[in-house]
Amino acid sequence: MKITCAQAIIEALKLEEVEVIFGYPGGAVLPLYDSLRCSGIRHVLVRHEQAAAHAANGYSRSTGKVGVCIATSGPGATNLVTGIATAYMDSIPMVAITGQVPVDMIGRDVFQEVDITGATEPFTKHNYLAKNGQDIPRILKEAFHIAKTGRPGPVLIDIPKDVQESLIDFEYPSKVDLKGYRPTYKGHHNQLKRAARAIEKSMRPVICVGGGVISSGATGEVLEFANRIRAPVATTLMGIGAYPSKDPLFVGMIGQYGSHAANKAIDEADLLIVLGARMGDRATGKPEEFAKAANIVHIDIDPAEIGKNINTNIPIVGDIKTTVGELLNFDIDRKDWASWLDTVKGFKAESSIEEYWGAGLDPVHIIRALSSRCDDDTILVTDVGQHQLWAGKYFGINTPRTFLSSGGLGTMGYGLPAAIGAKIGKKDREVVLITGDGSFQMNMAELATISQEGLVIKIIILNNSTLGMVRELQEHYYDGRYYGVRMTGNPDFTKIAEAYGIEAIKVEKRGDIDSAIEKILESDRAIIGEFFIDPDANVIPNPGRWDNETHIRRIG
Amino acid sequence: MKHILGVLVENNPGVLSKVSGLFSRRGFNIDSLAVGVTEDPAISRMTIVVEGDSYIVEQVTKQLNKLIEVIKVENISTDSVVRELALIKVSATPSTRNEIIQIASVFRANIVDISQNSLTIEITGDDQKISALVDMLKEFGIKEMVRTGIIAIDRGNKMIKVNNNSMNNGEE
Repeated sequence: MKITCAQAIIEALKLEEVEVIFGYPGGAVLPLYDSLRCSGIRHVLVRHEQAAAHAANGYSRSTGKVGVCIATSGPGATNLVTGIATAYMDSIPMVAITGQVPVDMIGRDVFQEVDITGATEPFTKHNYLAKNGQDIPRILKEAFHIAKTGRPGPVLIDIPKDVQESLIDFEYPSKVDLKGYRPTYKGHHNQLKRAARAIEKSMRPVICVGGGVISSGATGEVLEFANRIRAPVATTLMGIGAYPSKDPLFVGMIGQYGSHAANKAIDEADLLIVLGARMGDRATGKPEEFAKAANIVHIDIDPAEIGKNINTNIPIVGDIKTTVGELLNFDIDRKDWASWLDTVKGFKAESSIEEYWGAGLDPVHIIRALSSRCDDDTILVTDVGQHQLWAGKYFGINTPRTFLSSGGLGTMGYGLPAAIGAKIGKKDREVVLITGDGSFQMNMAELATISQEGLVIKIIILNNSTLGMVRELQEHYYDGRYYGVRMTGNPDFTKIAEAYGIEAIKVEKRGDIDSAIEKILESDRAIIGEFFIDPDANVIPNPGRWDNETHIRRIG
Repeated sequence: MKHILGVLVENNPGVLSKVSGLFSRRGFNIDSLAVGVTEDPAISRMTIVVEGDSYIVEQVTKQLNKLIEVIKVENISTDSVVRELALIKVSATPSTRNEIIQIASVFRANIVDISQNSLTIEITGDDQKISALVDMLKEFGIKEMVRTGIIAIDRGNKMIKVNNNSMNNGEE
């Protein structure tokens, strides 16, 4: 029996066990929406297509499944772009479906036509323009396979409206045949052996975990491995949650905004074991100064990341869960581990937080008050800016897939829609968004989505009426010549919340922080807490000191 | 240093733009790119000449391999069979025509078109041979020239074939 391609797409989504789609309809996806209507798949109507992509991202990161979003042709598709690029930079599996103008209209600049496969080519893992209905089942199968295997990433499928309406024989392929795509999962035995020997000989090893540990589900293996070889564990921003922060071996985040202990440990290490991290510029600073004294073992499923940013002595291509599992099979016996761990303990003791006496609330105090009342299952979502780094550094994440933040692209506006996706993916978990007044306003309209879907999301706005991160950079590197950073027209966020039917409280006094946070966490409805923080608070109080010690060169 | 890459790709629309886009986006310089179908009509083969050190070539190779439609990337050594075809339209008067024809025959090039005031020469060879002919023809006045870019094939039993093994394992 023949069915329309639109129906075939829905059947394929069901076979891929898609339970929710974040979308925004329009002319070129009308056939698809008509089939979606009685499909049983939940559709979440957002207020801007960018939010559909971020929500799919948040859903994927909290659940480990592939996130799906839909937009119409033209502006619908271009509005997805930031969300797709955000997912690409953080290796998040996502399938984005866009409508396109009918096949014989393509290339004529007709109403709402845009070349979205061309536009997204640099930041999709792969993309398709499906001009032939009969290809749809194969394309859907391949898209999900490509999105979630190997190094995950977003895949876009652009489907002309007349193709959606065309009739095909639907048969969903059971496997894919992609000659040019066969990711390596198992590590090369000899390379693993070399790594094991290097670990055994090392006096000052450090493990650095990245987002790859989370996407491969390797936390258990990495925890066992680190404790077996007794090496301190540092993390990148994307690796937050890959290793429990309460484990004694944990030293914090590396890089520009990282912890003193992590950067110092990497500076003095004689062996660095990088697991599933691309070692981007914000993590390494000057590559030639990074881990200068160390041999580097780099394990990643993407061969192109090995040797791209930092020189590697022992490259291993493979899945982290599999390769670290394989490493555990070697009988690695490190004898003198105690003195290095003592030294690293000393680094941790050196980094204390100074007592805070600024005007306005102390953001770190707020993060800690929040953290002390949240359990390890709480999903913490952040936006981008100072609050993101305060949250990353001071919240203390202990569970994978509970810290969602735009790491690679640094997309302001990510937080609110990502929190929506996370809450829909994990409805029984507490979902807390920490945001700033700048980031929050970028996708503030999604408060409507929260009300519409009845989502219990706790929103904490650290309001300094400033683009704080930019202000901090202007302070440190432009002699305090502040420009374009004061958000003077800010609304009263509690009134905005009220307009959307969401409860909100203002917190202005230090003494009110604890009770406000308790109220926010106890609420059984969505709630916004607006905290007025010190506009002069910085993430890095004294940049010069950190520059010297860690060779971190800020780019700004 | 110049490197010649033989690249097998799926013969799909859009694959050329994905490959060329990758080069410009990542700041790699292409000297030439030639593409055509192989003995298997589902697979095309590109010959890409890229300028750069070993780091650049390694990056180009790895990034090309990441493209889903790229099946295989191999570095072809410069002593392989390397050929390019050029069509050169030269100004020719009755008094210079014979001299040009003689030069062409020394290069084993063919005259493929003739008119009152021009000759079109077809030459096949490596980069040096074509450049040498171009140098010889300059004094007559080159009106127009078009080159295909290099194509290359390994000597003997070495070849670039689709295999069913997984990708290399980071051991260079």
